[in-house]
Amino acid sequence: MITLQFIPYSDIENLTPEKRIKKLLDVVKEDRILLLEGRLAKEEEAGLIRTTMEAINGRFKGIEISVVSSNSKGHGLLKKIQKNIVELLSGPRSGITIIGPATIVKEIKKDPDKIQLLTVEAKRNGLNGKRKRRK
Amino acid sequence: MISIVNQFIKKVFDRLFGNKKHIKIGLYGPPNGGKTTIANRICTDWLGEEMGQVSHIPHETREVKVKEQINIKSGRKELSFSLVDTPGIATKIDYEDFVKAGLSTRESKKRAKEATKGVIDAIKWLDEMDAVIVVLDSTKDPYSQVNITIIGNLEARKIPVLIVANKVDLKKSNIKKLQAAFPQYEVIGVSAKYGTNIDRMYEAFFTIAR
Repeated sequence: MITLQFIPYSDIENLTPEKRIKKLLDVVKEDRILLLEGRLAKEEEAGLIRTTMEAINGRFKGIEISVVSSNSKGHGLLKKIQKNIVELLSGPRSGITIIGPATIVKEIKKDPDKIQLLTVEAKRNGLNGKRKRRK
Repeated sequence: MISIVNQFIKKVFDRLFGNKKHIKIGLYGPPNGGKTTIANRICTDWLGEEMGQVSHIPHETREVKVKEQINIKSGRKELSFSLVDTPGIATKIDYEDFVKAGLSTRESKKRAKEATKGVIDAIKWLDEMDAVIVVLDSTKDPYSQVNITIIGNLEARKIPVLIVANKVDLKKSNIKKLQAAFPQYEVIGVSAKYGTNIDRMYEAFFTIAR
Protein backbone atom coordinates (compact mmCIF):
# COMPACT_ATOMS: atom_id res chain seq x y z
CA MET A 1 0.00 0.00 0.00
CA ILE A 2 1.22 3.46 -0.86
CA THR A 3 0.25 6.40 1.36
CA LEU A 4 0.00 9.89 -0.07
CA GLN A 5 0.03 12.81 2.35
CA PHE A 6 -1.06 16.28 1.38
CA ILE A 7 0.47 19.26 3.15
CA PRO A 8 -1.09 22.67 2.49
CA TYR A 9 1.41 25.51 2.18
CA SER A 10 -0.11 27.18 5.25
CA ASP A 11 1.33 24.30 7.36
CA ILE A 12 4.91 25.33 6.55
CA GLU A 13 4.44 29.01 5.79
CA ASN A 14 5.59 30.32 9.18
CA LEU A 15 8.40 27.87 9.72
CA THR A 16 12.10 28.63 9.25
CA PRO A 17 13.66 26.98 6.15
CA GLU A 18 15.36 24.37 8.38
CA LYS A 19 12.09 23.48 10.11
CA ARG A 20 10.24 23.34 6.79
CA ILE A 21 12.76 20.89 5.40
CA LYS A 22 12.66 18.80 8.58
CA LYS A 23 8.87 18.65 8.54
CA LEU A 24 8.81 17.47 4.92
CA LEU A 25 11.60 14.96 5.36
CA ASP A 26 9.99 13.52 8.50
CA VAL A 27 6.91 12.65 6.44
CA VAL A 28 8.97 11.07 3.64
CA LYS A 29 11.03 9.07 6.13
CA GLU A 30 7.79 7.44 7.26
CA ASP A 31 7.52 5.96 3.76
CA ARG A 32 4.80 8.35 2.61
CA ILE A 33 4.64 10.19 -0.68
CA LEU A 34 4.26 13.85 0.07
CA LEU A 35 2.17 16.26 -1.97
CA LEU A 36 3.02 19.81 -0.97
CA GLU A 37 0.89 22.70 -2.10
CA GLY A 38 3.26 25.11 -3.83
CA ARG A 39 7.00 24.86 -3.87
CA LEU A 40 10.11 25.53 -1.85
CA ALA A 41 12.47 28.37 -2.66
CA LYS A 42 15.47 27.38 -4.81
CA GLU A 43 17.82 27.67 -1.82
CA GLU A 44 15.44 25.51 0.23
CA GLU A 45 15.46 22.87 -2.50
CA ALA A 46 19.26 22.78 -2.27
CA GLY A 47 18.90 22.65 1.53
CA LEU A 48 16.50 19.74 1.19
CA ILE A 49 19.05 17.81 -0.90
CA ARG A 50 21.79 18.60 1.63
CA THR A 51 19.67 17.50 4.60
CA THR A 52 18.58 14.38 2.71
CA MET A 53 22.23 13.43 2.17
CA GLU A 54 22.92 13.89 5.88
CA ALA A 55 19.98 11.63 6.73
CA ILE A 56 20.88 8.72 4.41
CA ASN A 57 21.53 5.50 6.30
CA GLY A 58 20.90 1.78 5.91
CA ARG A 59 17.14 2.28 5.79
CA PHE A 60 16.63 5.72 4.27
CA LYS A 61 18.17 5.94 0.78
CA GLY A 62 17.12 9.43 -0.19
CA ILE A 63 14.24 11.01 -2.06
CA GLU A 64 12.70 11.52 -5.46
CA ILE A 65 11.34 15.01 -5.98
CA SER A 66 9.49 16.85 -8.70
CA VAL A 67 7.75 20.19 -8.93
CA VAL A 68 4.75 20.56 -11.18
CA SER A 69 3.94 24.09 -12.14
CA SER A 70 0.67 25.11 -13.71
CA ASN A 71 2.44 27.57 -15.97
CA SER A 72 5.57 25.66 -16.94
CA LYS A 73 4.72 25.56 -20.66
CA GLY A 74 5.79 28.20 -23.14
CA HIS A 75 8.63 30.67 -22.96
CA GLY A 76 7.48 33.64 -25.01
CA LEU A 77 7.36 37.16 -23.62
CA LEU A 78 3.63 36.89 -22.96
CA LYS A 79 4.15 33.62 -21.07
CA LYS A 80 6.93 35.19 -18.99
CA ILE A 81 4.74 38.16 -18.06
CA GLN A 82 1.86 35.80 -17.29
CA LYS A 83 4.18 33.65 -15.15
CA ASN A 84 5.48 36.67 -13.23
CA ILE A 85 1.96 37.90 -12.52
CA VAL A 86 0.85 34.45 -11.33
CA GLU A 87 3.94 34.16 -9.08
CA LEU A 88 3.35 37.64 -7.71
CA LEU A 89 -0.25 36.84 -6.85
CA SER A 90 0.12 33.29 -5.63
CA GLY A 91 3.74 33.40 -4.36
CA PRO A 92 5.25 30.05 -3.54
CA ARG A 93 1.78 28.46 -3.43
CA SER A 94 1.57 27.94 -7.17
CA GLY A 95 2.11 24.41 -8.45
CA ILE A 96 2.64 21.26 -6.43
CA THR A 97 5.73 19.53 -5.12
CA ILE A 98 5.89 15.75 -5.00
CA ILE A 99 8.48 14.16 -2.72
CA GLY A 100 8.72 10.42 -2.24
CA PRO A 101 11.17 8.11 -0.48
CA ALA A 102 13.63 6.57 -2.96
CA THR A 103 12.82 3.12 -1.58
CA ILE A 104 9.26 3.51 -2.88
CA VAL A 105 9.44 5.98 -5.76
CA LYS A 106 11.98 4.84 -8.31
CA GLU A 107 11.58 7.76 -10.67
CA ILE A 108 9.34 10.74 -11.29
CA LYS A 109 9.11 11.44 -14.99
CA LYS A 110 7.98 14.89 -15.90
CA ASP A 111 6.98 16.34 -19.18
CA PRO A 112 5.41 19.75 -19.10
CA ASP A 113 2.01 18.09 -19.63
CA LYS A 114 2.08 15.02 -17.42
CA ILE A 115 3.77 13.40 -14.48
CA GLN A 116 4.50 9.70 -13.97
CA LEU A 117 5.53 8.02 -10.73
CA LEU A 118 7.41 4.79 -11.18
CA THR A 119 7.24 2.91 -7.91
CA VAL A 120 9.29 0.11 -6.48
CA GLU A 121 7.73 -2.64 -4.44
CA ALA A 122 10.37 -3.85 -2.07
CA LYS A 123 11.16 -7.24 -0.64
CA ARG A 124 9.14 -6.69 2.49
CA ASN A 125 5.95 -6.61 0.41
CA GLY A 126 6.43 -10.24 -0.52
CA LEU A 127 7.86 -9.90 -4.02
CA ASN A 128 10.86 -12.06 -3.13
CA GLY A 129 13.30 -9.36 -4.05
CA LYS A 130 11.90 -8.70 -7.50
CA ARG A 131 11.29 -5.10 -8.37
CA LYS A 132 8.05 -4.17 -9.96
CA ARG A 133 7.39 -1.07 -12.03
CA ARG A 134 4.07 0.67 -11.99
CA LYS A 135 2.88 3.59 -14.01
CA MET B 1 18.87 35.19 1.57
CA ILE B 2 21.54 37.02 3.62
CA SER B 3 24.28 34.88 2.05
CA ILE B 4 23.08 35.84 -1.44
CA VAL B 5 23.16 39.54 -0.51
CA ASN B 6 26.68 39.10 0.95
CA GLN B 7 27.81 37.25 -2.14
CA PHE B 8 26.42 39.97 -4.38
CA ILE B 9 28.13 42.74 -2.35
CA LYS B 10 31.42 40.81 -2.44
CA LYS B 11 31.19 40.44 -6.22
CA VAL B 12 30.45 44.15 -6.70
CA PHE B 13 33.40 45.13 -4.44
CA ASP B 14 35.72 42.68 -6.16
CA ARG B 15 34.83 44.14 -9.52
CA LEU B 16 35.10 47.76 -8.37
CA PHE B 17 38.41 47.45 -6.54
CA GLY B 18 40.01 44.74 -8.59
CA ASN B 19 40.41 42.27 -5.73
CA LYS B 20 39.60 39.42 -8.06
CA LYS B 21 42.80 37.71 -9.10
CA HIS B 22 41.40 34.42 -10.31
CA ILE B 23 38.00 33.37 -11.36
CA LYS B 24 36.60 29.99 -10.50
CA ILE B 25 34.63 28.05 -13.09
CA GLY B 26 32.74 25.10 -11.65
CA LEU B 27 31.55 21.93 -13.31
CA TYR B 28 28.18 20.95 -11.88
CA GLY B 29 25.53 18.42 -12.77
CA PRO B 30 24.00 15.08 -11.86
CA PRO B 31 26.24 11.99 -11.54
CA ASN B 32 27.60 10.36 -14.72
CA GLY B 33 26.92 13.34 -16.97
CA GLY B 34 30.62 13.54 -17.86
CA LYS B 35 31.89 16.39 -15.66
CA THR B 36 35.27 14.78 -15.04
CA THR B 37 35.60 13.72 -18.69
CA ILE B 38 35.10 17.38 -19.63
CA ALA B 39 37.53 18.48 -16.88
CA ASN B 40 40.08 16.00 -18.25
CA ARG B 41 39.53 17.28 -21.79
CA ILE B 42 40.09 20.90 -20.67
CA CYS B 43 43.15 20.05 -18.58
CA THR B 44 44.67 17.84 -21.28
CA ASP B 45 44.10 20.49 -23.97
CA TRP B 46 45.56 23.38 -21.95
CA LEU B 47 47.79 21.87 -19.27
CA GLY B 48 48.79 18.58 -20.83
CA GLU B 49 47.57 16.49 -17.90
CA GLU B 50 44.32 14.94 -16.71
CA MET B 51 42.35 16.08 -13.68
CA GLY B 52 40.63 12.98 -12.33
CA GLN B 53 39.60 9.41 -12.83
CA VAL B 54 36.40 8.53 -14.70
CA SER B 55 34.21 5.46 -14.35
CA HIS B 56 30.92 4.07 -15.61
CA ILE B 57 29.91 3.55 -11.96
CA PRO B 58 28.18 6.71 -10.66
CA HIS B 59 29.80 8.91 -8.00
CA GLU B 60 33.39 8.28 -9.11
CA THR B 61 34.16 11.89 -8.12
CA ARG B 62 33.34 12.13 -4.44
CA GLU B 63 35.30 15.19 -3.47
CA VAL B 64 35.66 18.66 -4.92
CA LYS B 65 38.83 18.97 -7.02
CA VAL B 66 40.45 22.23 -8.09
CA LYS B 67 42.91 22.76 -10.91
CA GLU B 68 44.52 26.18 -10.61
CA GLN B 69 45.66 28.53 -13.34
CA ILE B 70 44.29 27.20 -16.57
CA ASN B 71 44.91 29.63 -19.43
CA ILE B 72 42.84 29.18 -22.55
CA LYS B 73 43.16 31.14 -25.78
CA SER B 74 40.80 31.78 -28.60
CA GLY B 75 42.07 34.13 -31.29
CA ARG B 76 43.35 37.21 -29.43
CA LYS B 77 41.33 36.47 -26.32
CA GLU B 78 42.85 34.87 -23.25
CA LEU B 79 41.16 33.59 -20.14
CA SER B 80 42.75 32.46 -16.90
CA PHE B 81 40.73 30.52 -14.39
CA SER B 82 40.66 27.77 -11.79
CA LEU B 83 38.58 24.77 -12.75
CA VAL B 84 36.51 23.17 -10.01
CA ASP B 85 35.26 19.65 -10.64
CA THR B 86 32.45 18.75 -8.24
CA PRO B 87 30.78 15.48 -7.25
CA GLY B 88 27.49 14.77 -9.03
CA ILE B 89 24.44 16.15 -7.24
CA ALA B 90 21.81 13.53 -6.47
CA THR B 91 18.77 13.24 -4.23
CA LYS B 92 19.33 9.55 -3.46
CA ILE B 93 22.29 7.26 -2.94
CA ASP B 94 21.84 3.54 -2.43
CA TYR B 95 24.92 1.43 -1.80
CA GLU B 96 23.12 -1.56 -3.35
CA ASP B 97 23.39 0.17 -6.73
CA PHE B 98 27.17 0.02 -6.41
CA VAL B 99 26.98 -3.66 -5.43
CA LYS B 100 24.98 -4.30 -8.61
CA ALA B 101 27.67 -2.46 -10.56
CA GLY B 102 30.22 -4.99 -9.30
CA LEU B 103 31.73 -3.48 -6.16
CA SER B 104 32.00 -5.40 -2.90
CA THR B 105 29.46 -4.61 -0.15
CA ARG B 106 32.19 -2.97 1.93
CA GLU B 107 33.44 -0.83 -0.96
CA SER B 108 29.86 0.06 -1.88
CA LYS B 109 28.96 1.25 1.62
CA LYS B 110 32.15 3.31 1.78
CA ARG B 111 31.46 4.79 -1.67
CA ALA B 112 27.88 5.65 -0.68
CA LYS B 113 29.03 7.39 2.49
CA GLU B 114 31.66 9.40 0.62
CA ALA B 115 29.17 10.21 -2.14
CA THR B 116 26.66 11.73 0.32
CA LYS B 117 29.42 13.94 1.73
CA GLY B 118 30.44 14.84 -1.83
CA VAL B 119 26.95 16.09 -2.66
CA ILE B 120 26.91 18.25 0.50
CA ASP B 121 30.33 19.71 -0.41
CA ALA B 122 29.29 20.40 -4.00
CA ILE B 123 26.29 22.40 -2.75
CA LYS B 124 28.47 24.30 -0.24
CA TRP B 125 30.89 25.26 -3.03
CA LEU B 126 28.14 26.88 -5.11
CA ASP B 127 28.73 30.23 -3.38
CA GLU B 128 32.42 30.17 -4.36
CA MET B 129 31.80 30.02 -8.10
CA ASP B 130 32.14 32.92 -10.54
CA ALA B 131 30.67 30.95 -13.44
CA VAL B 132 29.34 27.44 -13.82
CA ILE B 133 29.24 24.90 -16.60
CA VAL B 134 26.29 22.62 -16.00
CA VAL B 135 27.11 19.28 -17.59
CA LEU B 136 24.07 17.25 -18.57
CA ASP B 137 23.84 13.89 -20.28
CA SER B 138 22.05 14.63 -23.56
CA THR B 139 20.62 11.09 -23.67
CA LYS B 140 18.73 11.59 -20.38
CA ASP B 141 15.49 13.35 -19.40
CA PRO B 142 16.41 17.03 -18.93
CA TYR B 143 13.37 17.78 -16.74
CA SER B 144 14.80 16.08 -13.63
CA GLN B 145 14.40 18.15 -10.48
CA VAL B 146 18.13 17.95 -9.76
CA ASN B 147 18.87 19.77 -13.03
CA ILE B 148 16.21 22.37 -12.28
CA THR B 149 17.42 22.84 -8.69
CA ILE B 150 21.06 23.29 -9.73
CA ILE B 151 20.22 25.81 -12.45
CA GLY B 152 17.65 27.58 -10.23
CA ASN B 153 20.22 27.98 -7.45
CA LEU B 154 22.78 29.42 -9.85
CA GLU B 155 20.15 31.78 -11.20
CA ALA B 156 19.24 32.87 -7.64
CA ARG B 157 22.94 33.57 -6.93
CA LYS B 158 23.33 35.46 -10.23
CA ILE B 159 26.10 33.12 -11.33
CA PRO B 160 26.51 32.93 -15.12
CA VAL B 161 25.61 29.51 -16.52
CA LEU B 162 26.61 27.58 -19.61
CA ILE B 163 24.83 24.30 -20.27
CA VAL B 164 26.94 21.64 -21.92
CA ALA B 165 24.99 18.73 -23.35
CA ASN B 166 27.47 15.89 -23.28
CA LYS B 167 27.49 12.52 -25.06
CA VAL B 168 26.24 13.80 -28.43
CA ASP B 169 28.07 10.87 -30.00
CA LEU B 170 25.40 8.52 -28.63
CA LYS B 171 22.34 7.60 -30.69
CA LYS B 172 19.87 8.51 -27.94
CA SER B 173 21.27 12.05 -27.62
CA ASN B 174 18.56 14.71 -27.91
CA ILE B 175 19.90 18.26 -27.68
CA LYS B 176 16.65 19.80 -28.90
CA LYS B 177 14.81 18.43 -25.87
CA LEU B 178 17.48 19.90 -23.62
CA GLN B 179 17.30 23.27 -25.36
CA ALA B 180 13.52 23.23 -25.00
CA ALA B 181 13.86 22.55 -21.27
CA PHE B 182 16.26 25.48 -20.70
CA PRO B 183 15.52 28.00 -23.47
CA GLN B 184 16.98 30.92 -21.51
CA TYR B 185 20.51 29.42 -21.63
CA GLU B 186 23.03 28.68 -24.29
CA VAL B 187 23.22 24.92 -24.73
CA ILE B 188 26.28 23.49 -26.45
CA GLY B 189 26.30 19.87 -27.52
CA VAL B 190 29.67 18.15 -27.14
CA SER B 191 31.25 14.77 -26.92
CA ALA B 192 33.91 15.14 -24.25
CA LYS B 193 35.05 11.60 -25.02
CA TYR B 194 35.78 12.29 -28.69
CA GLY B 195 36.35 16.06 -28.53
CA THR B 196 33.37 16.93 -30.74
CA ASN B 197 32.48 20.65 -30.65
CA ILE B 198 34.91 21.34 -27.80
CA ASP B 199 36.20 24.52 -29.47
CA ARG B 200 32.70 25.98 -29.36
CA MET B 201 32.55 25.20 -25.67
CA TYR B 202 35.85 27.06 -25.12
CA GLU B 203 34.46 30.05 -27.05
CA ALA B 204 31.46 30.11 -24.72
CA PHE B 205 33.74 30.21 -21.65
CA PHE B 206 34.66 33.78 -22.62
CA THR B 207 31.01 34.78 -22.55
CA ILE B 208 30.21 33.38 -19.11
CA ALA B 209 33.50 34.45 -17.53
CA ARG B 210 33.20 38.15 -18.42
